[in-house]
Amino acid sequence: MEQPVIFTESETYMVNKTTVELASWQYVFSAWLVAAVATVGSLFFSEVMELAPCVLCWYQRIFMFPLAVILLAGLHPLDIRVVRYALPLAVIGLLFTMYHTLLFYGFIPENLRPCSQGISCSDASMELFGILPIPLLSLASFMIIIILLLKARSLAR
Amino acid sequence: MKQSHFTLIALLLIAVAFTAVAFLYNSEQGEKASQQASLNSESLIRDHSVRSGNPQAKVTIVEFLDPACETCGKFHPLVKGLIEQHGGKVNLVVRYAPLHPGSDQMVAILEAAKMQGQFWQVLELMFDTQPQWAINHRAEPEIFWNHMTQTQAGIDFARLQQDMNNPAVIKAIEQDIADGQLLGATRTPAFFVNGKPLTEFGYEQLARLVDSEVKANY
Repeated sequence: MEQPVIFTESETYMVNKTTVELASWQYVFSAWLVAAVATVGSLFFSEVMELAPCVLCWYQRIFMFPLAVILLAGLHPLDIRVVRYALPLAVIGLLFTMYHTLLFYGFIPENLRPCSQGISCSDASMELFGILPIPLLSLASFMIIIILLLKARSLAR
Repeated sequence: MKQSHFTLIALLLIAVAFTAVAFLYNSEQGEKASQQASLNSESLIRDHSVRSGNPQAKVTIVEFLDPACETCGKFHPLVKGLIEQHGGKVNLVVRYAPLHPGSDQMVAILEAAKMQGQFWQVLELMFDTQPQWAINHRAEPEIFWNHMTQTQAGIDFARLQQDMNNPAVIKAIEQDIADGQLLGATRTPAFFVNGKPLTEFGYEQLARLVDSEVKANY
């Protein structure tokens, strides 16, 4: 007759701990994946398609690029405190994309200023395949990253 | 599967996807540029265009340049070297693409100098002194003008200044700008060798394109 499997209290705790850890790892990993794809995508726009990034795009890049690095550093092995360092970057990035999206759709006017070689932030050329506007892609990326990071943190608590 | 494998695979996939899409995009753009150039081949060389080297050469490099463009200055001796290297089989046509602020005045000086047979001397002088008058991607024609009047004895400057406003000079520059846009010469220097655009920029690439045209024509 087989022995019934009985976990001690500490063993049960360990099993739960690892499943929770795995789940939060997956959330942080997904957030990193979004940041990495967004980073590579924006580099594709500027380096391959040679679209000059507008000023607001630059600010969003400043807050997106480090996410791809910091989140990766927090994954192996998982350090859930990475959320604390990544979240401010993602939130500030989100504020910039929200402003940019409103500007892009004309809800707020772009200040009149002399023409220069720089590209306008409400330029219609900022559309992927003519349908997906880049500001919207950026908005979605920052929102998804924030949601995933919050999920990861709430699990770990 | 270990978590680190997961991450490695994701990194690899991203890198492969980027390279593949970039390659596809570039080859498609290259094809488009070639089509655009062959559709507008009559825009490559105009009657007013300056030519250097053997007029009977079967290979012609058309270069759209901006005197204020740093890369154009760096490329100038290289292009001259390429033409010498092929000894009479290759010649050069220069077109204007004044993309920098202030460059319109610089190309007007060039076009007016051409009327006195001083085009190449003035172009060389512009490239040699470029760091002094092209500051922060902005051409300062006055600085160059002062320098030129002090060093070039063979030029009639009163006539040069007058010719800069000559309708023929203005028309030639406007024609070059329009042709450059039509041919997709949006960055300088832009090269076309026997009508074929240099799609991937670089000296090696230009030398290879010239070599293949020389082989095909001689």
